[in-house]
Amino acid sequence: MADLAARGEEPEILFWVGCAGAFDDRYKRVTRAFVRILEHVGVKYAVLGMEETCTGDPAKRAGNEFLFQMQAMQNITTFEGYGIKKIVTACPHCFNTIKNEYPALGGNYEVIHHSTFLQQLINEGRVKVEGGESYKGRRITFHDSCYLGRANNIYEAPRAVLEALDADLVEMKRSKANGLCCGAGGAQMWKEPEPGKKDINIERTEEALATLDGNAAALDNLYGVESGNAGATPAPKGNGQNSIIAVGCPFCMTMMSDGVKGKERENNVQVFDLAELVASAEGLNA
Amino acid sequence: MTIQNIIFLLVAIAGFGLFAWQVRKIRANILAGRDRDMSGNVSERLNKTLLVAFGQQKMFKRITPALLHLVVYVGFLVINIEVIEILIDGIFGTHRVLGFMGPVYAALTGTNEILGALVVLAVAAFWWRRNRSQPVRRFTGPELRAWPKLDANIILYVEVILMLALFTMNTADLKLHQLEGRDLAGAFPISSLLTGLFPSNATALEVLERVGWWAHIVGILLFLNYLPSSKHFHIIMAFPNVYYSRLVPQGQFSNVDSITHEVKAMMDPSYQVPAPATNPDGSAAAPTPFGAKDVNDLAWTNLLNAYSCTECGRCTSVCPANLTGKLLSPRKVIMDTRDRMEEKYNSPLIFQPNLYGAEAKHAEAEVIDKENHTLLRGYVTPEELWACTTCNACVEACPVNINPLESIVEMRRFLVLEESAAPNSLNVMFSNIENNGAPWAFSPSDRFNWADDLYVADKQNIATA
Repeated sequence: MADLAARGEEPEILFWVGCAGAFDDRYKRVTRAFVRILEHVGVKYAVLGMEETCTGDPAKRAGNEFLFQMQAMQNITTFEGYGIKKIVTACPHCFNTIKNEYPALGGNYEVIHHSTFLQQLINEGRVKVEGGESYKGRRITFHDSCYLGRANNIYEAPRAVLEALDADLVEMKRSKANGLCCGAGGAQMWKEPEPGKKDINIERTEEALATLDGNAAALDNLYGVESGNAGATPAPKGNGQNSIIAVGCPFCMTMMSDGVKGKERENNVQVFDLAELVASAEGLNA
Repeated sequence: MTIQNIIFLLVAIAGFGLFAWQVRKIRANILAGRDRDMSGNVSERLNKTLLVAFGQQKMFKRITPALLHLVVYVGFLVINIEVIEILIDGIFGTHRVLGFMGPVYAALTGTNEILGALVVLAVAAFWWRRNRSQPVRRFTGPELRAWPKLDANIILYVEVILMLALFTMNTADLKLHQLEGRDLAGAFPISSLLTGLFPSNATALEVLERVGWWAHIVGILLFLNYLPSSKHFHIIMAFPNVYYSRLVPQGQFSNVDSITHEVKAMMDPSYQVPAPATNPDGSAAAPTPFGAKDVNDLAWTNLLNAYSCTECGRCTSVCPANLTGKLLSPRKVIMDTRDRMEEKYNSPLIFQPNLYGAEAKHAEAEVIDKENHTLLRGYVTPEELWACTTCNACVEACPVNINPLESIVEMRRFLVLEESAAPNSLNVMFSNIENNGAPWAFSPSDRFNWADDLYVADKQNIATA
């Protein structure tokens, strides 16, 4: 961003990478995939690099309002300094915080989650999701992130992206507004869960795997999955080979990946972010 | 005016007066909460009230209970029209005063009877769901012990009794008219089936009609005064609660303005912090704590929530923490809030306060230290609060737009900002953000390393500071 500013240029969008996108080894791959898509479609974008700092989301959810506001004010000062108007991010937590909570502190921006951005690119025909890896016939289920879904009512954009892949999209019983949390929100990411019967990400992974496998018996054994819930599309029975749990959030990525590893299914079920799926379908995995 | 009219008038005045007095107490409890401006957006709020409260929109996420509830709800609304007639008849000694309306009256009484019968069936189904050997999961749980469980069943029994009184009154009246060869205004599809069960003695029928009439209206007045002590208060509070529900995205947590002033003053020494609040006599008011320790630290809308809760447990049944066996139950947080309010301030007539199980015994044995026995720790433990993933499932699930998450976050704020009592791993996360600008212990100078092994045509685009 500083480079662009030095050249007197203004980016169309600011790509907000987020701490997970910058530091988490798994999510760095999502960051790079998204950058390749941006390069591919020729959007004029910029990143803040070392000028970026945590949005303050985990501090706020954990109750540390003071620390949150310190972070927020610092970021708002940076945004104002560069005259930022439009921000795209792959992290629903950053998205929610900048979009909904920065305005009370004086920061008003157009904030877009990358699922919406990708949907727009596909709709405009700028991304064709062909020429690379084909997802035709592969079974994919989307795990709704709480901070994208319930928090901000974005349910269709990620599904529209997955549908464009021509994959076999199956829904979990708990999806959209009824989606089950991955277990990492509200600063749970940074602490051990409280004592209980099960970890939340295990419950959610079991649901995803049972859905991909078409295993109705396993679904019935989950807590709180009531039969007759609307929205579920039961997959035909199969072994879930080569199927995918799609996510749109770094926390969900970590929790679902851990769950799949815990269930020893990482050899035939993969967890991918929407940006990775689009980039590889477009043949951008250089 | 006969003596019967005078007695009725006194009973009615006492019934409604007592109810008003109870409502005043509850209003005072709610207003003990922090001020929050909920004015404006009238049309949007009315629209929401129409959809969610009158239209039962959120009930329909679960179709079976939604249909059963709809029957009882519509029955309640329609039967209220009959109550108007009963009040007029009672005061002026008239009989079926609305009977002059002819076909309209027939439609009204006919609908009433059919709904009354459906209500009895729905209530039976509700009773079954709640009390059979394996009840619906959300009707169990540690917070649904003694009183809340009894309360739920009392409501069902009373509803049946009220309907039976209505049918007794109608059937006796109908049979009396048939015996005397007269027409009775109105249509009675259910009562006409029951006339065979009633005696053919005119005096007995007159007595039965009066017994049914009095039992129905006295039952309604008693029930009205039972409501403030009961979860069934939701039939009234659901409407204001939905009207005053949040209109912002669910992910948007409230901003703490007092902290904003402090942070702005830190960043800009010339920033003028508004003068601290003063008491009416000019002395400095006691500073309000950050977050919530007790009920009066919560916003009044959070307290309104507590009186609107019908303990249906839809929040708890979708809570990921609760589902996986953690201590947190959003319903319990809301029930605790109400219990604590009634312990600290006023309680309605019947149960003072609505403590349950062991705590009720404890309350009798020794006088509770009302100041130091607070909502936080006295009722809600930090372990419950730290189990929350802030996923908003409870908020989404509530049919009357209660927001347990807001109360949970307020109490977390108190733990962190006033007591520095966050779990240690969260304190590590806080200091990482403070020192490194990221919740993990990574150096800020490594923030751009992700681009190192990235191949793109024009890396200059992303090159930064």
